[in-house]
Amino acid sequence: MRKVAIYGKGGIGKSTTTQNTVAGLAEMGKKVMVVGCDPKADSTRLLLGGLTQKTVLDTLREEGEDVELEDIIKEGYGASRCTESGGPEPGVGCAGRGIITSVNMLEQLGAYDEEWDLDYVFYDVLGDVVCGGFAMPIRDGKAEEIYIVVSGEMMAMYAANNICKGILKYADAGGVRLGGLICNSRKVDNEREMITELARQLGTQMIHFVPRDNMVQRAEINRKTVIDFNPTHSQADEYRTLAKSIDDNDMFVVPTPLEIDELEKLLIEFGIAN
Amino acid sequence: MLLRHTKKEVMEREALTINPAKTCQPIGAMYAALGIHGCLPHSHGSQGCCSYHRSTLTRHYKEPVMAATSSFTEGASVFGGQANLVTAINNIFSVYEPDLIAVHSTCLSETIGDDLQQIVTKAKDDGKIPEGKKVIYAPTPSFVGSHVTGYANMVTAMAEQFAENTGEKLDQVNIVAGWMEPADMREIKRLAKELGATIKLFPDTSDVLDAPQTGKHVFYPKGGITMSDLRSTGDSKSTIALGRFTAEPAAIALDKKCTVPFKTEDIPVGLRATDRFLMRLAKAAGVKIPESVTDERGRLVDIMTDMEQYFDGRKVALFGDPDDLIPLTEFLVDLNMKPVHIVSGTPGKRFEQRMRDILSDSVPEANIKNGAQADIYLLHQWIKNEPVDLLIGNTYGKYIARDEDIPFVRYGFPIIDRIGHSYFPSVGYMGGIRLAEKILGVLMDRQDRDAPEESFELVM
Repeated sequence: MRKVAIYGKGGIGKSTTTQNTVAGLAEMGKKVMVVGCDPKADSTRLLLGGLTQKTVLDTLREEGEDVELEDIIKEGYGASRCTESGGPEPGVGCAGRGIITSVNMLEQLGAYDEEWDLDYVFYDVLGDVVCGGFAMPIRDGKAEEIYIVVSGEMMAMYAANNICKGILKYADAGGVRLGGLICNSRKVDNEREMITELARQLGTQMIHFVPRDNMVQRAEINRKTVIDFNPTHSQADEYRTLAKSIDDNDMFVVPTPLEIDELEKLLIEFGIAN
Repeated sequence: MLLRHTKKEVMEREALTINPAKTCQPIGAMYAALGIHGCLPHSHGSQGCCSYHRSTLTRHYKEPVMAATSSFTEGASVFGGQANLVTAINNIFSVYEPDLIAVHSTCLSETIGDDLQQIVTKAKDDGKIPEGKKVIYAPTPSFVGSHVTGYANMVTAMAEQFAENTGEKLDQVNIVAGWMEPADMREIKRLAKELGATIKLFPDTSDVLDAPQTGKHVFYPKGGITMSDLRSTGDSKSTIALGRFTAEPAAIALDKKCTVPFKTEDIPVGLRATDRFLMRLAKAAGVKIPESVTDERGRLVDIMTDMEQYFDGRKVALFGDPDDLIPLTEFLVDLNMKPVHIVSGTPGKRFEQRMRDILSDSVPEANIKNGAQADIYLLHQWIKNEPVDLLIGNTYGKYIARDEDIPFVRYGFPIIDRIGHSYFPSVGYMGGIRLAEKILGVLMDRQDRDAPEESFELVM
């Protein structure tokens, strides 16, 4: 079983990319579980066809300790197993602790057990690694490979670099490694070249360049992944390629984060800051 | 009437606990850690946590309890406690020279998401853990479970982080001690010796928290299981876990890691639990129960039958921890007493199920509740509705005993206003005799106090 965590700046398209990629893997016959680690609980919407999933933490709050696995895991597209950690509303409580609690609970309830015959577990994690709780999915024995969703916009690259710092800390003590950058294109000039270079400087690879296409939004409005909504569209093939690249990937590294001036230099060289 | 505000009418409460029948997870973790020889417990959190846990144990044992702390400040809460813990490990090994440090977390470090495994690995990589020394760790957030959970987590950490399977089976049986007193652990070892069984008992707080006064202060008393003995538990023939709540999780971990099969028994309090334990041990170790132990049993049975008239039909209210209450309730039933109200602050569905089984013939209508909402206030309310002849529980029961004028036997944790609990065992047949004697003592004192002059008995 490969355990994968997807990180990236807020709004970069982590959940969309994750679910479309999972659809690609499911189409290849892989058995995948998706663990949404975002209080907004929207990491499995496209796989479940908009089905509102009751989150682990809501279930825990309402049912006390009598939570059963089937209460919190639903089956989605291509027999994927979907669960949402959930969490407090904005401005209250502690979302990070929520992730610790729900990942522990999934383990206790045997969500990762052999009986489920999983090939992949995907953790879709909110934004930056803002606190210890959001690093829960990359603690030792949990996710072993990380992909960072990024675009050619400066703040997205800045966030990706920051996430690499977090990975470095956990890679020191455990087995977690960076598998690559996924470029979710924003149609920035020289984007492909710039992210390829960023990846090189981080010691990793750009595993796939996902072009921007409105088909993604159209599928989303219909609560579906592109592969599900329009399987013959070229964008569906992009996600299939990404899924295949992840499945074939054997480049796992401890990243070398950049200093801020190195990052700025990169932007200047590729013409954005001019 | 210190508890004069307790209302007789029981109302459903959701958000309020009054006089909880439990305490913090780290207290259990700290107590368990003291059962390893040369261990300095370490509290990864703010200083106040550590002080409270140390002082509660000190008050219960009347012994100095040493423990270190990561001394979180505002900065550590924001930036994470890694720097504090790594520095602490370095300082502790250079200044206090323990064999090992047992780190437990606290509410704060758990909430901010400090990963003890990662930090301890970091300390090791940085060379802060000297050769031959060790640091173990257990998660103990107090907003989950109770002190019982904390004890179980630390004992599980011992099994997971020490036990090694070298491939060579040793002729020894592991006994995972559920939460019991140093005297109880000493009694378990004595019984095993009488049987001729070779055991590895862990944790073992005898000769640590009941260490003799020698005129010289010893930082690490002579008791406690050694690190090499703990490692060898992975090569044992089998494991007996004493207590489903406090010991079984460690036995499961040991089985998972080193394939040492296990059986769980109750802590051997009273006649039948002791019978089951001894038969299990005799079978596991391939030995016979000697006449000397059968004689101890006979003495307990003799007392139970001789004094039956004083026990018969007396109603009892009790509160405490699941692994203590389960065999005690069974013993009370064997004494023909009626446990009518039972409360434990520790959650777990198996508690009520087991209690109902034990009481199904004698007191099927008993009031039983456990978990965060089961508090001493509720027990008091139940007592007001159905009065009892005897109250059994920790020191906090003395307020009810005084207000309701009920004979009171101290049993459980903490006992901070009497001594004896850490020196005289409650387990085994001899422990059963001691419990029966204590119960009889308070019941007969009450009879003497209240008897009219014409029926004031000389012989009882």
